[in-house]
Amino acid sequence: MKLQETLEKNQLLDFYRQMFLIRRFEEMSAEQYTLGNIRGFLHLYIGEEAIAVGAINSLLPQDYVVTHYRDHGHALAKGMDPNAVMAELFGKSTGCSKGKGGSMHLFDAEKRFMGGYAIVGGQLPLAVGLALASKYKKEDSLVMCFLGDGAINEGEFHESLNLASLWKLPVIFFVENNLYGMGAAVDQTLVFHDEIYKFARAYKMPTARVDGMDVMKVMEATKKAVESVRGGGGPYLIEAMAYRFRGHSMADPIEYRAKAEEERWKKKDPIVTFNKRFVSEKVATKKELDQLEKEIEEIVENAVKFADESPFPEPDALYEDVYGSK
Amino acid sequence: MAQITFREAISRALREAMQDERVFIMGQDIGSYGGAYAVTKGFLAEYGPERIRETPIAESVISGAGAGAAIAGLRPIVELMTINFSFLAMDQIINHAAKVRYMSGGQLTCPLIVRTVTGGGASVGATHSQSLEGWFASVPGLRVAVPSTPYDALGLFRSSLQQEDPVIFVEHALLYSSRGEVPDEPYVVPFGKADIKRIGTDVTIVAYARMAMVAMRAAEELESRGISAEVVDLQTLSPLDGDTVAASVQKTNHAVVVEETWYTGGFGATVVGLIQERVFDYLNAPVARVAGVEVPMPYSRHLEQASIPDESRIIQAVESTLGR
Ligand SMILES: Cc1ncc(C[n+]2csc(CCOP(=O)(O)OP(=O)(O)O)c2C)c(N)n1
Ligand SMILES: [Mg+2]
Repeated sequence: MKLQETLEKNQLLDFYRQMFLIRRFEEMSAEQYTLGNIRGFLHLYIGEEAIAVGAINSLLPQDYVVTHYRDHGHALAKGMDPNAVMAELFGKSTGCSKGKGGSMHLFDAEKRFMGGYAIVGGQLPLAVGLALASKYKKEDSLVMCFLGDGAINEGEFHESLNLASLWKLPVIFFVENNLYGMGAAVDQTLVFHDEIYKFARAYKMPTARVDGMDVMKVMEATKKAVESVRGGGGPYLIEAMAYRFRGHSMADPIEYRAKAEEERWKKKDPIVTFNKRFVSEKVATKKELDQLEKEIEEIVENAVKFADESPFPEPDALYEDVYGSK
Repeated sequence: MAQITFREAISRALREAMQDERVFIMGQDIGSYGGAYAVTKGFLAEYGPERIRETPIAESVISGAGAGAAIAGLRPIVELMTINFSFLAMDQIINHAAKVRYMSGGQLTCPLIVRTVTGGGASVGATHSQSLEGWFASVPGLRVAVPSTPYDALGLFRSSLQQEDPVIFVEHALLYSSRGEVPDEPYVVPFGKADIKRIGTDVTIVAYARMAMVAMRAAEELESRGISAEVVDLQTLSPLDGDTVAASVQKTNHAVVVEETWYTGGFGATVVGLIQERVFDYLNAPVARVAGVEVPMPYSRHLEQASIPDESRIIQAVESTLGR
């Protein structure tokens, strides 16, 4: 199907804009990490942009997103301010979590981005709880919960799928299968690694597998899932096949996978292929796309400038927000 | 004023809580079975399955779903059958419920109440007899309530409902059938305020939950031996009321800290620490500790009794502290 048979031009451009923003944001983060402006763990989303953009754009503003520590892409796709996200990576008081969360713990309650969580599998029970609350309060909001292939090995995955299905809760479990945990390939760690989406069947949950390098396919699969979940069909699982182009984190020398494999996946770069389709299907001219990229460039530059010029938290902030009650 | 059991006090507290539509209870066997300790007997018929939610045996998702629902604005009460099973929920309680407010820069609030059962003495062996509330108390972001009487149980539960933070509400298994007076008029027992259960002049005994009751009996015996013991019941381990403890020791010049769990890493060490930091100059003798024997809990009755602090060990510690 041609792009414009599915979406309007401005929506398509918006997808492109978002994916390109994530890409450039991540590249800039890597740069700032090397400069020492960002510390700790930094997990880049480069290569997986089509998933966040295709999936999250199929949601409504009142829908919740929770995710793992590789969370910048999801945060930006949910509409979070790049300035606040970059400032968070810098540990500044203007960061989305006031500099107290860091890269792995981004939050924006207003945007219903309910967090990046850095304990593998830990976000799933929370997602179930958010969905439970939504159903209990009879709200029309569902929960999209991203997780990696590595999280399938955790008990919390199975506990959460079972309970979500038992109680028919409005939650989409979105597995980003990038074929590796940290340094171990899925086939070294998971018996049923080649068809992860079928785990859902043990919990009588509808499920689908999708090419995570193609934003349109991700969007279509997600739309179906959203429709089913919103219609009261209970939870849904989607497995998106993808690849992270960079190391697990900035600390990863990537010695566990073959260069040839990397090259093969990089040919499917979700942004490059999307760009080519724009031109070949005459959705937009190269000039239009260049202009759009230039605008993104500016947004990212500004985010760094904002983060750089923002103050670090005051010493007293150390003690703030531990408790809500005295 | 009515005499009710500790169990009835908790049930009453839960019924009051249920008047708020945002409150629901979830846990294992809390429905038709009525709860492993019969606290929610009749609740399912009264409130229905939407609000009395029977869960699978899956401590992590029960606690985490409670946390998630709390973040979304509800007031969930999660029952973890015993504190021994809370190990399987540690990730959700400690890495998630206790952290979200801070990590989100104050954007998220998680007013989750986790009710659970602590303590030994029921002949249920090593895996079912532990007292781990002190571990939770060491985690910033969590609150820990440890009632010892029906009055305190009801009053502290009312305060728990007012908290904007996750609360671990700890009920001692051997206290459920204990009785005490509870007024019909509304009252609360505040967090962070230790209760002087008995006024004395010679020594301060600091304890909580069932050990506070054991300390009270020990104090009675001590009185007959001419020793006036003050019993300070902590009520909540977090917040910890250092002021009341310090003031009492300042007066009595002697302290004995009692707890049911193991000596090493026990919460009592924290209490001793604050005493020596704040009122060292008032102490006439080193602070004594009475704690559980450092073994996994044995099953056989006599061995079990030998491992849990009792009146005689408290009396012994007091007398030795006073040099008698
Ligand atoms: C419970 C837990 N165990 C181990 C880790 C360390 N760790 C962080 S990320 C990671 C790999 C997770 O892989 P996956 O879920 O596939 O996500 P990906 O990084 O590939 O997106 C590991 C082992 C952790 N953060 N939490
Ligand atoms: Mg992975």
